[in-house]
Amino acid sequence: MNFFTDFGRFVLFMKQTLHRPQKWSVFGSILIREMYNIGIQSLLVVVLIAIFTGAVTTIQTANQLLTPSDLFPTQLIPKFVVGAVVSTSSILELAPTITCLVLAGKVGANIASEIGNKKISEQIDAYEVMGINSASFVALPKIIAGIIVIPSLIIVANFLLIYGGVIATQFTSALTLDDLIEGARMVFHPEYVKIMLIKAFIFAFIITSLSSYQGYYTEGGALEVGEAGTKAVTRICIFILFFDLIIAQIFLGL
Amino acid sequence: MIQIENLWKSFDGKDVLRGIDATFKPSIPNLVIGASGSGKSVMLKNLVGLIEPDKGKIMYGDEDFASMDYNEKQHIRRQIGMLFQNNALFDSMTVEQNIEFPLKMFTQLNPSERLDKVNQCLKMVDLVNSNKKYPSEISGGMKKRVGIARAIVLEIKYLFCDEPNSGLDPLTSRVIDELIAQLTVDLGITTVINSHDMKTVKDIGENIIFIYKGEKWWQGSKDEIENARINNKELDAFISASF
Ligand SMILES: Nc1ncnc2c1ncn2[C@@H]1O[C@H](COP(=O)(O)OP(=O)(O)O)[C@@H](O)[C@H]1O
Ligand SMILES: [Mg+2]
Repeated sequence: MNFFTDFGRFVLFMKQTLHRPQKWSVFGSILIREMYNIGIQSLLVVVLIAIFTGAVTTIQTANQLLTPSDLFPTQLIPKFVVGAVVSTSSILELAPTITCLVLAGKVGANIASEIGNKKISEQIDAYEVMGINSASFVALPKIIAGIIVIPSLIIVANFLLIYGGVIATQFTSALTLDDLIEGARMVFHPEYVKIMLIKAFIFAFIITSLSSYQGYYTEGGALEVGEAGTKAVTRICIFILFFDLIIAQIFLGL
Repeated sequence: MIQIENLWKSFDGKDVLRGIDATFKPSIPNLVIGASGSGKSVMLKNLVGLIEPDKGKIMYGDEDFASMDYNEKQHIRRQIGMLFQNNALFDSMTVEQNIEFPLKMFTQLNPSERLDKVNQCLKMVDLVNSNKKYPSEISGGMKKRVGIARAIVLEIKYLFCDEPNSGLDPLTSRVIDELIAQLTVDLGITTVINSHDMKTVKDIGENIIFIYKGEKWWQGSKDEIENARINNKELDAFISASF
């Protein structure tokens, strides 16, 4: 299948999915379960990655900017610049993008194989025969749950990234906590939070919708269900990076 | 009563159904038999709207299902129950929740009324004390019973069963055949059963349609099939292969 027929099929799938739920009470209880699933199954890995990435980024940025060289003698770069660089890249890039690339593997693969399994075991057909819009029934709660939970995880990740930086200052004499905070305060801009949230919502939609789509069109058996999971992750990563670039260019391109 | 007229369906230019005409009557088991790959499942999927036919009519009473749009079909779908070849039970739900699910989606019953209805259906399919089990925890025959209970929990008029004996041992197969035949009579519904099991044919084949390579090759009852095979080598080959 070429890109355009695949894309066309995705558009039709989304058109079928974005429908008013047939029964709100059933939808509500599934939504809560999905929010719990996505949130709980990802929380630990998001926390770990954010703290470690924050610490590593701080140490490396400090090393690059504060080590004397011919080009940049130390005294030319004030220490708070490290805090400015770390906090800005956390908000703009690390929190939304790194978190979502990890969630692609965790949440995306999970959704694709769950729906793929429903497809090959005729559960999707069973919904259809009952007169239930199967695409909407299985995918919509996951997409809505993702759009609520994933941005929340990203906000948490953002704080933990900075916290990772704070921890890193305890291990180095090159940089103090005050340097870090001062730099972060100096460059903070509300616009950055807006960009972070825009990325968060778009990435959340990409993760949940692409994985649902990939699962929904699984044909065959257990092997194909596995393949659907892997394929979903690859595609999600590509689309996240692509939209990351587009958003950066739109809002920050000079 | 369901009538299909001149039903055609092809996939990628290959004809799978070639102008099938058939009538399925209420209160008796209607059997669709034929070798594996002859088009039985495709025909059933056309009947329930999982596949769109290329040409032909599918009459439920005097309404043509094939020419309806999605919303119009919903009204017929409410009257349809289906037992899938691999049961298609919802694996994240217990037996009870599986059967309750259509009631939750399509009725205004309160939880205790729903539970009553669920237990009533479980009794009809002779399955008790398994309410809280998950599909992965019960045997093949029990899964069939749950599938049947879920199919009949809404007041249906039409029941479709795709190879209800697949994966069952011969003894359980007979029991499930009998159960489906009995429910058909008790509920007065129109039941269509896909099968390639000659035992089923001999036991409950009141109205049999034999499909050969996508064409209706023969129609009759279990009492006529032995005579019919004499002059019909495709039917004869199918019967011989089934034993
Ligand atoms: N969705 C589909 N796409 C393409 N070919 C199909 C599809 N469904 C069934 N077929 C083909 O139609 C033929 C009849 O299949 P089927 O109705 O499943 O046979 P059976 O009588 O064993 O139930 C087979 O050759 C099968 O490969
Ligand atoms: Mg079949």
